[in-house]
Amino acid sequence: MVLLIEMSSCCNTETVELPNEPRVAGKIRTVALVGPPNSGKSTLFNRLTGLRQKVANYPGVTVEQRVGRLNGIGRSELTLIDLPGIYGLDRYSEDARVAVEVLHGEMPGTPAPDAILLVLDSLQLRRQLMLAAPVLALGLPTLVLLNMSDVMESRGGHVDTLALALELGVPVAKISATRGTGLDAISHFLDRKALAGQAEIAGASTQAQQNGSNGSAGAAATTRIELPVIGNPRSYRQWATGISTRTKYKAPLSSEWSKRIDGVLLHRVWGPLIFLAVVFAVFQVVFTIGNPLSDGFGAILYAAGDKVAPLLGHGWLESLAIDGVWRGVASVLVFLPQILLLFLFIGVLEDSGYLARAALIADRMMRSIGLNGKAFIPLLSAYACAVPAIMATRTIENKRDRFATILVTPFMTCSARLPIYLLMIAAFIPNKPLLGSLLGMQAAVMVSLYLLGFVAALATARLLKSSILKASSAPFILELPQYRLPTFRSLSLRLVDRGKIFLRQAGTVILSVTVVLWVLSHLPAGTTLGESLIGRVGHWIEPAIRPLGFNWKIGIGLLTSVMAREVIVGTLGTLYGADPSTQSLGLQAALRHDLTLGGAMALVVFFAFALQCTSTLAIVRREMNSWKWPLLQFVYMSVLAYVAALATNQIILAFIK
Amino acid sequence: MVAIAVISEFEAETADDFDLSGAWKLSQLSQLPIGTVGVIESLDLPGEVQHHLMHMGFVPEARVKVVRRAPAGDPTVYSIDGFEVALRRDTAQAIRVREYEARS
Repeated sequence: MVLLIEMSSCCNTETVELPNEPRVAGKIRTVALVGPPNSGKSTLFNRLTGLRQKVANYPGVTVEQRVGRLNGIGRSELTLIDLPGIYGLDRYSEDARVAVEVLHGEMPGTPAPDAILLVLDSLQLRRQLMLAAPVLALGLPTLVLLNMSDVMESRGGHVDTLALALELGVPVAKISATRGTGLDAISHFLDRKALAGQAEIAGASTQAQQNGSNGSAGAAATTRIELPVIGNPRSYRQWATGISTRTKYKAPLSSEWSKRIDGVLLHRVWGPLIFLAVVFAVFQVVFTIGNPLSDGFGAILYAAGDKVAPLLGHGWLESLAIDGVWRGVASVLVFLPQILLLFLFIGVLEDSGYLARAALIADRMMRSIGLNGKAFIPLLSAYACAVPAIMATRTIENKRDRFATILVTPFMTCSARLPIYLLMIAAFIPNKPLLGSLLGMQAAVMVSLYLLGFVAALATARLLKSSILKASSAPFILELPQYRLPTFRSLSLRLVDRGKIFLRQAGTVILSVTVVLWVLSHLPAGTTLGESLIGRVGHWIEPAIRPLGFNWKIGIGLLTSVMAREVIVGTLGTLYGADPSTQSLGLQAALRHDLTLGGAMALVVFFAFALQCTSTLAIVRREMNSWKWPLLQFVYMSVLAYVAALATNQIILAFIK
Repeated sequence: MVAIAVISEFEAETADDFDLSGAWKLSQLSQLPIGTVGVIESLDLPGEVQHHLMHMGFVPEARVKVVRRAPAGDPTVYSIDGFEVALRRDTAQAIRVREYEARS
């Protein structure tokens, strides 16, 4: 049950009932979006369905098929499938395999498409047309959409769409998925195909048969188009070049500022320095701007609790609602501003196109551990959440490289670790400036924790690649998108979605854990916290965690946070709220009262390494298709966490003495 | 308007506008200096990789421009058909190109 709640918290998709009858010639029920990587399919999908599929500016954002109703253009009876970007119909990587299998109708649970919307980026039409050859050869009704045509024209590009339609034998329309212009062409196309389909059923199918594999009537059947030799990329390119010449395609002037930005961001010296400076700046901002925001938000939350308390009387109800639930849930909720701030930065990185550059800079380092720069993209996006990051490894072509990346991704510091890090750092580390205003002591500790996770990921990858996942080095082929200014709309949608997920998690998992904890800490009736059921469990496990500098309450937190990392903060909020000696203190003060610096730092180090996330375990099992790997991963990370926390506590103890 | 004027200075630098009428010699793509253009002669890579690269546009007779190297000196960014793609040296070594003598 918990598993289900959490799975949905990280990948919120809407269920759509799919038609599952076999394909009927001429009848359109399912439409597929096909196109090269980063050509704007998902942006268009969101426009056409009103859903919120993740979009960003780097190739390979979509790694599995997504399905929605065509509500955006009032055709809710039709199903739209968004597919991962492909260069050809080869099953080159896991995401390409998904796209090709759906197109061939070989994907269980997904209906074969009856029509295709081929999305091509007009800025690089000549190359993108190469994909048109194998896609048209599928013989399905197809509409070619020239995306970003507004940008192409504003930069002096041109193409004769009528000539292109005649060359390809299918209708062509200029659109802008970002602005939502030109989309009525899609309705026209679907209406016309539906009519043509009826005519064909009425008995005109002989003509279509004469046209070979082309089963649809209309433009494709009446125009004789010449496709290149299928399966031969060289002839595809000659064909595509021929067409772009005959349709007077003039490529837009390449964006000069994109080159200039690269001149700085990929500079020998400045590039890596800027990368590091940006990372430090992010953490500094999370503290200097995020902390006051969180404090203010927390003050409002606690004040609200105090306002409500008198209404509940002075009984067990007030104790449950305020000391138990509200303290527990609110202690996690206060971190919402900082988590959103972090997501804002990750959003800017993804939408601007910088992520691909970071992968390029990191390739050399990644090579030394046996992986390539492409593995760096999932690792960076794991700063948000490991679940989508593990999905994103599908773009890695080599299976062993992909497995190694999946296994080390949970070491990257995800946003669920942020609450416990921020809580412990704020409670135990003084905020002294280290490098003037550039870096404070709290931010420095935070950066060290992020580095710790990163180093653990690299070292583990190195270990895996030189033992059980050994393989010859895979090539590194990475397309660099042009820079784009992140739009306000896209960034704010990301924040709203993330905020919702966080609130839902607080309202389900954390809420139920705090209720159960409160009950267990008040049973049997009339006992003190230490002698309650939860206290007995805590004291029972205490000997095992005492050397780490943890008390029994932390121990209970470690147990509950196996579900999800942020649950520990809610647990501590509830337990300290139920303890009469710390009830009047805030959570930070209560922790200072109860833990040493060694114990506090050991706790964050434990969290840096441990795999406390059932959603991650579930997704690893799904992607690697075996329980063996996630179990190995869980045991390895837990042992590492225990040993590292033990070492941290002992070293700090020795140092302070 | 101003922006377009600035951009057009760079227009001449796209691979298509290079004068490729002069003498040439055969070399590896990895050996081309930054800013030069080569015409692909042949690829010699493992089947799947070669197929993938060809679908991205790396086919014989395609013009490739060397754009820049990553800060560590490798991989290198190449521009082909108006888009940029990064390849490691060992991959670029397996692509043979015609290297033309400089125009000026």
